Amino acid sequence: MSAATGIARGRTGRLLRRLGFSGRALVIAVPVVWLLVFFLVPFLVVAKLSLSQSAIALPPYLPLVEWDEGMAIITLNFGNFTFLLDDPLYINAYLSSLKIAFISAAAALVIGYPIAYYIARSPEGRRNVLLMLVILPFWTSFLLRVYAWQGFLRSNGVINNFLLWTGIIDQPLVMLQTNFAVYLGIVYTYLPFMILPLYANLVKLDDSLLEASADLGARPLSTFFHVTLPLSMPGVIAGFMLVFVPAIGEFVVPELLGGPDTLMIGRVLWNEFFSNRDWPVASAVAIAMLVILVIPIMIFRRAQAKEEAL
Amino acid sequence: MRASTLLLVFCIAGFIFLYAPIVSLIVFSFNENKLATVWSGFSTQWYVALFQNAQILGAAWISLKVAVVSATLASILGTLAAYVLVRFGRFRTRSLLTGMSAAPLVMPDVITGLSLLLLFVAMEQAIGWPAGRGMTTIIIAHTTFCMAYVTVVVQSRLSDMDESLEEAAMDLGARPARVFFDVTIPVIAPALVAGWLLAFTLSLDDLVVASFVTGPGASTLPMVIFSKVRLGVSPDINALATIIIGIVALGVFVASVLLRRKPTRA
Repeated sequence: MSAATGIARGRTGRLLRRLGFSGRALVIAVPVVWLLVFFLVPFLVVAKLSLSQSAIALPPYLPLVEWDEGMAIITLNFGNFTFLLDDPLYINAYLSSLKIAFISAAAALVIGYPIAYYIARSPEGRRNVLLMLVILPFWTSFLLRVYAWQGFLRSNGVINNFLLWTGIIDQPLVMLQTNFAVYLGIVYTYLPFMILPLYANLVKLDDSLLEASADLGARPLSTFFHVTLPLSMPGVIAGFMLVFVPAIGEFVVPELLGGPDTLMIGRVLWNEFFSNRDWPVASAVAIAMLVILVIPIMIFRRAQAKEEAL
Repeated sequence: MRASTLLLVFCIAGFIFLYAPIVSLIVFSFNENKLATVWSGFSTQWYVALFQNAQILGAAWISLKVAVVSATLASILGTLAAYVLVRFGRFRTRSLLTGMSAAPLVMPDVITGLSLLLLFVAMEQAIGWPAGRGMTTIIIAHTTFCMAYVTVVVQSRLSDMDESLEEAAMDLGARPARVFFDVTIPVIAPALVAGWLLAFTLSLDDLVVASFVTGPGASTLPMVIFSKVRLGVSPDINALATIIIGIVALGVFVASVLLRRKPTRA
């Protein structure tokens, strides 16, 4: 560093300090301000818009605050929310999203747990290879992996062709455009998110605890349910939530694999925005979704805090 | 059957489940038939078709530019956030930052997309920036949600790092900025690379957020793919998928070789 830049830096540093800034405060401020502006404030805008009225205009809504002879007239329109409550479409979409997300997360847990357990118990060299194999599909396009299932599930797709060829069935099964395809698609695309936190937890499991349990006469299954499973609960919760929470708002999977009657709230929001161009109702749908998401996110945060404390 | 054998069988079945669709994508990209599900002969015609498709190539170029810029911005901001959270102890906005840097991880795409679009519209009305929507708005949106992933990756690396290295540098008279660039950054470099790659992939992969915040003329690759596969099978998409999978597999292989050669434990 040349002396000139050193002096210049010292001068700006003193100036900033005189203005009440320290280097430390500046370093903190950069990420905080970015997230405030582009993460937190947008939710306030959504909240504001959910209370305004839709209109044929650009942008397609009426302002919340109008100025009339120096007086601010604030028109709050709760109509969007009462509309959500009145039309069974929305409530059904919320309930069915919760159901689909819950069943998918449970299925991912049942499939992911043995895999995570197997990897965690493998010798160290093989462990890394297996982990890489779990993560590898995640690095390839999500959209293309969902598209791959279209080719698998359609009536002249790979699975039906195979089953027809072996003679197990003589009529193609209808699998694409069903809720079954949606469950499959969500489990498939989110499985790494289940396996990784489970693995991270299970790999820390102390072998001596399992040996102690066996020495005391417990059968392997009993050891699993009384020792391994309870100890891995933070991993189970983290994995479950990492599948469950994003799956509630999933759009791509129901759109590409589900049928026209597969109701999911992410899809409803998308249509409300892109097809109906009703921004205020779309905002109200988003706010209601956030309210539903708060509880599982809190559970997730608590599980994470517990895991860190270990 | 012993429990361990059962576990192995389950694990193999799990990996078949993960890889079978990907393998079928690759196989049918070399299929002569337009019905991408019936095999009728080897052909590379879909690759030729892909490289003649100006729409797909243009969108791929836009996606690459967006991904490089947002991954870089997200790495800088995410590393700052992680550093502040791990090293700075108590400060006033700490719990705010903790919450804001983790929440995007579980936020549904539709909400992130809608809320950012509404912000951009409101900002344009209030201060005239960003004027219109397109690549800039996609980059801002991608930076914001990718940043959370970088923060998580770097945070775990930083808390594993031996703090005495930084203390030693400071005892030897280095200023905080110098310590950060000369000691901290080299030690956490593998996490920075991993975070950047993660952000790059997430940006390249995003359909929903980009669809909300984009404007006319800026269609990303996932948006073009989506509009094509919505209409049914298109074998040139299989060819595209095969190329992407090939690049990713190569990248992961090279990364694992590099990481194995150089032990990274600090």
